[in-house]
Amino acid sequence: MTLSRRLLLGSAAAAAGLGALPRGFVRSAWALPTDRRLVIMILRGGLDGLAAVPPVGDPGYDSLRGRLSLAGEAGLHKLDDTFALNPALTTLARWYGEQRLAVIHAVAAPGNQRSHFEAQNIVETGAAAAHATDSGWLNRALPALGVTDAKQALAVAQTMPLVLTGATPATVWTPQGGGSADAAFLNLVERLYANDPVLARGLADARAVDAAAAAAMDDQGGMAAMSSAGQGYAGQFLRAAKIAGGMLAQDGGARLMVLDAGGWDTHVNQGTGEGQLARRLAGLDSALAAFAEGAAPVWDKTVVIAATEFGRTARPNGNNGTDHGTGAAAFVFGGAVAGGRVIADWPGLREGQLFENRDLAATLDLRAVFKGVLADHAQVARGALDDAIFPGSAGVAPLSGLVRA
Amino acid sequence: MTPIEAVLAAHRFGLGARPGETARIASDPRGALQAQLQRLPETAAFARFGDTEAIAAQFRGRMQGAERDPDKAMQLLKEGREHYRAEMAARFKNAIATDAPFVERLVWFWSNHFTVSISKVRLVPLAGAYEREAIRPHVLGRFEDMLLATARHPAMLLYLDNALSVGPGSMAGALAGRGLNENFAREVLELHTVGVDGGYTQDDIIELARLLTGWSVDRGRAAFRFFPARQEPGARTIMGRTYESGEEGGVQALRDLARHPSTARHVARRLATHFVSDAPPPALTDALERSFLDSGGDLAALAGTLVSHDAAFEPQLRKARPPAEYLVATLRATVPDASALPEQATDGILGTLRRMGQLPMSAPSPKGWPEDEAVWLASKQVIDRVEWAQALASRLPATLDARALAADVLGPLLGASTATWIGRAPSPAEALALLIASPEFQRR
Repeated sequence: MTLSRRLLLGSAAAAAGLGALPRGFVRSAWALPTDRRLVIMILRGGLDGLAAVPPVGDPGYDSLRGRLSLAGEAGLHKLDDTFALNPALTTLARWYGEQRLAVIHAVAAPGNQRSHFEAQNIVETGAAAAHATDSGWLNRALPALGVTDAKQALAVAQTMPLVLTGATPATVWTPQGGGSADAAFLNLVERLYANDPVLARGLADARAVDAAAAAAMDDQGGMAAMSSAGQGYAGQFLRAAKIAGGMLAQDGGARLMVLDAGGWDTHVNQGTGEGQLARRLAGLDSALAAFAEGAAPVWDKTVVIAATEFGRTARPNGNNGTDHGTGAAAFVFGGAVAGGRVIADWPGLREGQLFENRDLAATLDLRAVFKGVLADHAQVARGALDDAIFPGSAGVAPLSGLVRA
Repeated sequence: MTPIEAVLAAHRFGLGARPGETARIASDPRGALQAQLQRLPETAAFARFGDTEAIAAQFRGRMQGAERDPDKAMQLLKEGREHYRAEMAARFKNAIATDAPFVERLVWFWSNHFTVSISKVRLVPLAGAYEREAIRPHVLGRFEDMLLATARHPAMLLYLDNALSVGPGSMAGALAGRGLNENFAREVLELHTVGVDGGYTQDDIIELARLLTGWSVDRGRAAFRFFPARQEPGARTIMGRTYESGEEGGVQALRDLARHPSTARHVARRLATHFVSDAPPPALTDALERSFLDSGGDLAALAGTLVSHDAAFEPQLRKARPPAEYLVATLRATVPDASALPEQATDGILGTLRRMGQLPMSAPSPKGWPEDEAVWLASKQVIDRVEWAQALASRLPATLDARALAADVLGPLLGASTATWIGRAPSPAEALALLIASPEFQRR
């Protein structure tokens, strides 16, 4: 079996001193129990929460959204009297019905940043302002989570995302089409690198994760099953999701995963029940289903948090799209989740209720969601959450009750 | 055997040796580097691209149609990306072909120091022009002139949001309800001039931001324009000096920041870190700092000081080659007439750079690309490079002899281990692949 592989492992130890825990930090006796899994999914570009989880029951929604309104759209998945899920999100809807999805709305990272890189920086560093620190909150949480082996913390992305960057080594991997060096040549290179510790380690780690992913692919039915995922970007994403899910289920493999999904920056021609955004949501939904399938043996013990850097403007812009906004939606799902509800301190959509007269306002700090899951799923102590992991966030209470007892 | 300094001149201060390059400079490597600093090389490679105004005009005229037509808007995005690819291809080919690789490295260094990034979509068609107009012409000139050129370039004003910044007490501020944007002022202090330890406070950031309100982009053409109605009224005090409001106040403040002793120290450290070591020897940074201060920020003099200092010629290769430099170096060594590379090949190179995490002019933050080895030689990077090496080697002529090439471009830098394994390779292609994947190629 040839590996269509591009399974690459990257150790992301930042320079000494960055993201280091404060002196005297007591490592929590609790940790992410070895049978539990945590997945953070970053939806890059600013996913339109008012389209993903339209508040169709809010009287102001339809006229505010104009051409982009989903009111009366066929296939809407009703969640409660106010909220529904976009028709494309069939898997999420099923999980909601099974009480394995909690939807969070009108949530945002602090800082009111409407620039992608600054807002993503805030979401990933866990700070209150952009560029306050060079390391990610999840990397800073690794010691408290008891994750000590780089292979246990895996990011599926082109380069190590900031959220998992920091003093503790972690791994980055991505399957891609394109050239793959054959084993014989790699063996030669291994000898070539024998006297170079950095390169030798890098190559060895890469080949190890390669093997783990190949094993996961085998478990999923091998190349034949993979090719049914289809061509193009969507097919690749689906393939990666399935393998990643399989890797999450492996003993001694990744217990903590970061998934990256972009393309949400719908400034132009967003569409409603059909169109650009709907297609992308459908792709995401299928990938999540594939991921859960791959991770089936451990799904029961898994929590996934999917969040975006900001929401989008309430009214359409001049290009039938939306621009950068504030309040967004977030999703917490998995077998270990206490779901089946929408958590939102709903600010409303009337003129005076919009933020700066343009955006859905945010009434919840996104850090509360991360903190709540870390506390309830991995028993991370409040002190560590307020200080080392999310510096200066003592005023942000963890959103508890997201994880089943 | 070629003297090691000749190899280091090409390997560390250039973009990697082309065949015959080290032999040509062997008699006086340091002199050869100094000679490059005498004059700016020609940029015939970029002659076919217009300037910022022309490029933006190309898109602007059609922007008006796009407002009502979303398909037109998407078409514009696509063309912007094509323009970017053409510019980056030219830049890449120039790097492979240039006989002044030290100057080219300096362009890349200063372009990174004054980072502008295509992470902001509007900059996609303008990034190339920015480097050609605000960086390249000043790379052997004065730091303060480069600082001003970048601060007044539409790309920078858009990238760091100064184009939107309006003084709350100004006429425009009172009418439009828009406000101050501190982004640009903060990065000018933290990254471009005095540095994070330079001695400024949050108040200095706000004052500089107020002083630079009105520095924006003309509505009709992509050119700098000062809008007096947007400027925050009143005199401003920045790091102990006071400036009257008005465009000239901002110019003077930037010149003063360029001349501040902390800027000399900040620049010296960044330059030494980039070229020599993640922990540069104090003797070197002191010398660079002195040179900067004594010469009034003369960047040619600064570069000259760098390559006349013994610390810069330590034989150990301490710095990881970032992906862009690595790819150029491998091509300079193996495909010297790469100036004739077809479009497909350069598209492939850009794709590889993207996979390696260094698509040109797409740095993740205003700080620019990271410097440390841990980032660029992480295991994903290692396997990416090994695969590049094998793919490139499989396309090279079978007659290319890896051992001769290693002796030519690496000379005394070639380690015993690499020499042995190249010698034992089962095929010429694998020997070349091993050379390209060698530790000596990964670092400089």
